[in-house]
Amino acid sequence: MLSSERLDQDILHQFFRKMFHIRVVEETLLDLFAHGVIGGTVHTCLGQEAVAVGVISALNVETDIICSNHRGHGHFLAYCGDTRSLLAEILGHPTGVCGGIGGSQHLQKKNFYSNGILGGMSPVATGMAFAEKLKGSGAVVVQFMGDGAMAEGAVYEALNIAALWNLPIMFAVEHNQYAQSTHWSTQHSGSLEQRSEAFGVPSFAIDGNDVAGVNETAQRLINEIRTQSAPRLLFMHTYRLGPHSKGDDLRDQEELDHHLQREPISRLREKLDQSLVAETEQLVRQQVSTLVSDLRGN
Amino acid sequence: MASYLAGIQAGLENALTINEKVVVLGEDIVDPYGGAFKATKGLSTKFPERVISTPICEGGFTGVAVGMALRGFRPVVEIMFGDFLTLCTDQIVNHMAKFPGMFNGQVDVPLVIRTPMGGGRGYGATHSQSLEKMFLGLPGIRVVAPCHIHSVGDILQHAILTDNDPVLFIENKLLYPLDQHTHILIEQTDEIPGYPTVALKNFSSGKPDVTVIAYGGMSRELVPLLDKLQIDELNVTAVFPSSLWPVPFETLVHYGTQCERLVICEEGSTGFNWGSELAVLLYDKLSNKLAAPIVRLAAASQVIPAARRLETEALVNAEKIENAIWELMS
Ligand SMILES: Cc1ncc(C[n+]2csc(CCOP(=O)(O)OP(=O)(O)O)c2C)c(N)n1
Ligand SMILES: [Mg+2]
Repeated sequence: MLSSERLDQDILHQFFRKMFHIRVVEETLLDLFAHGVIGGTVHTCLGQEAVAVGVISALNVETDIICSNHRGHGHFLAYCGDTRSLLAEILGHPTGVCGGIGGSQHLQKKNFYSNGILGGMSPVATGMAFAEKLKGSGAVVVQFMGDGAMAEGAVYEALNIAALWNLPIMFAVEHNQYAQSTHWSTQHSGSLEQRSEAFGVPSFAIDGNDVAGVNETAQRLINEIRTQSAPRLLFMHTYRLGPHSKGDDLRDQEELDHHLQREPISRLREKLDQSLVAETEQLVRQQVSTLVSDLRGN
Repeated sequence: MASYLAGIQAGLENALTINEKVVVLGEDIVDPYGGAFKATKGLSTKFPERVISTPICEGGFTGVAVGMALRGFRPVVEIMFGDFLTLCTDQIVNHMAKFPGMFNGQVDVPLVIRTPMGGGRGYGATHSQSLEKMFLGLPGIRVVAPCHIHSVGDILQHAILTDNDPVLFIENKLLYPLDQHTHILIEQTDEIPGYPTVALKNFSSGKPDVTVIAYGGMSRELVPLLDKLQIDELNVTAVFPSSLWPVPFETLVHYGTQCERLVICEEGSTGFNWGSELAVLLYDKLSNKLAAPIVRLAAASQVIPAARRLETEALVNAEKIENAIWELMS
């Protein structure tokens, strides 16, 4: 094997570990929810792990900024890997990343901020980008939103300002086809992919289930944003494999099966050394379950 | 003597001069126009990078300011008319006011939203309201409305430079041209640091017959009314908190215990307003000391008409306050 391929394999393997880690955490949360251990609500990103890992691995996590949404566990874990304080937060422990006050949708750590109001973070993230531009810090802001959030007016006010003032921000759209129970085609007119272009924000639509491709495009766009101080929109096609939140899923099994064939983790697994993968999977499962037992005090 | 508007202008200019993290955002605020009410006149010429006109998207640029505040700036937002705060409400309620508490004190949002409120200029239903009551009692924000007895520029400067929590700063538009009557104030109480309550008396010895608690634009009505009632030998104290929420409660109780008759007046519409909350708080402390129930005055519950005569009928003014006082005395 050539050394460059070896390197790629290493990076892909790291992506795999992170994506698999997110998946196990999310499955664990659904399980804890089903057993009544956690209350409130959880929105898991099963099937969308390549977006979180691909995009966030393209950032300088020391200085760049992430604004996330209600479906933000994957973004958080890809950003800082702090599973303990995420789980503690959702379990309502005082050691949670926001002392248990925030909960699943309201996470904040260093340069990571999430909120549960659809579209509301678009202007906030735009203001952060303005702040970093005025400071000359070179930081880029990434704001994640779903296809559903793209029906909110706040998003367009933000796109307008971000382009008008040449701000270093990437709008990262996770088009998982649904907003809660609503298929995107029943709530959007025109082309979602092209909307931002009308504001002068170039938009790039890609396969969001291919982590290497997501990472490559994100790196290129982040680099452009950083060097040109101008916004971009990365539009990623993906699919939510789990329920919207905790079990209220009315989609056809046939449709789900179709998308299971295209889900990002099995696609990546095929490209990797199978014995390494098996080892990683076992390790990750073990880490997460140890953390959960720790936090539950048994 | 400087006008209330000049006080605002000076407060903004001082804040921009003292701290380079201060930025001002709003519609039409740059020179030569200098804002719909001229509060930012001259400032963009002196601070071109930090006084910035925005597109017409109140929710959007309020959110931008929230983001800037989270990242180390001390933004000031101007909303051209207070009526348009409805467009910013999601950013105010679910972003600005939430972040410090929801993120467990790990972030600050040192942001001031300034806006003119109030009627009396014939602008009609959508440019004359006093909507601050929509935000009173909201956890996580302070609502401030200095009157023209306050040193408005100092309070604004404090809100911008010193207060690390978000502030909604209400300026009654009829106060803008008035001289700041800081010289006639007779007492100032600082129960809430930086946001003084001022009081005015039309008598030099004895007790007040009536104490009026009011804020913001009501000082324009009450200052001349106190002079008038002095001729009638009626002792009146007028008390003006600058912080509407939280309420400087001890201070109000202090003034409340000085007399047996209380009037609370405000320009906003009647029903679930500042006066109703204050009255309940005060009854708890004062009920057995009062000679009569607290009288509350507010605008009629209706759209504010454009025609001068109809608008006057709808809003609280000196004549209505005077009538209420005499009725309370009888
Ligand atoms: C302003 C607002 N409206 C409605 C909701 C309720 N809600 C939460 S998630 C959701 C669907 C969001 O869909 P999308 O943006 O596509 O994100 P996804 O859930 O697919 O990740 C809705 C309607 C909300 N949180 N905020
Ligand atoms: Mg969606």
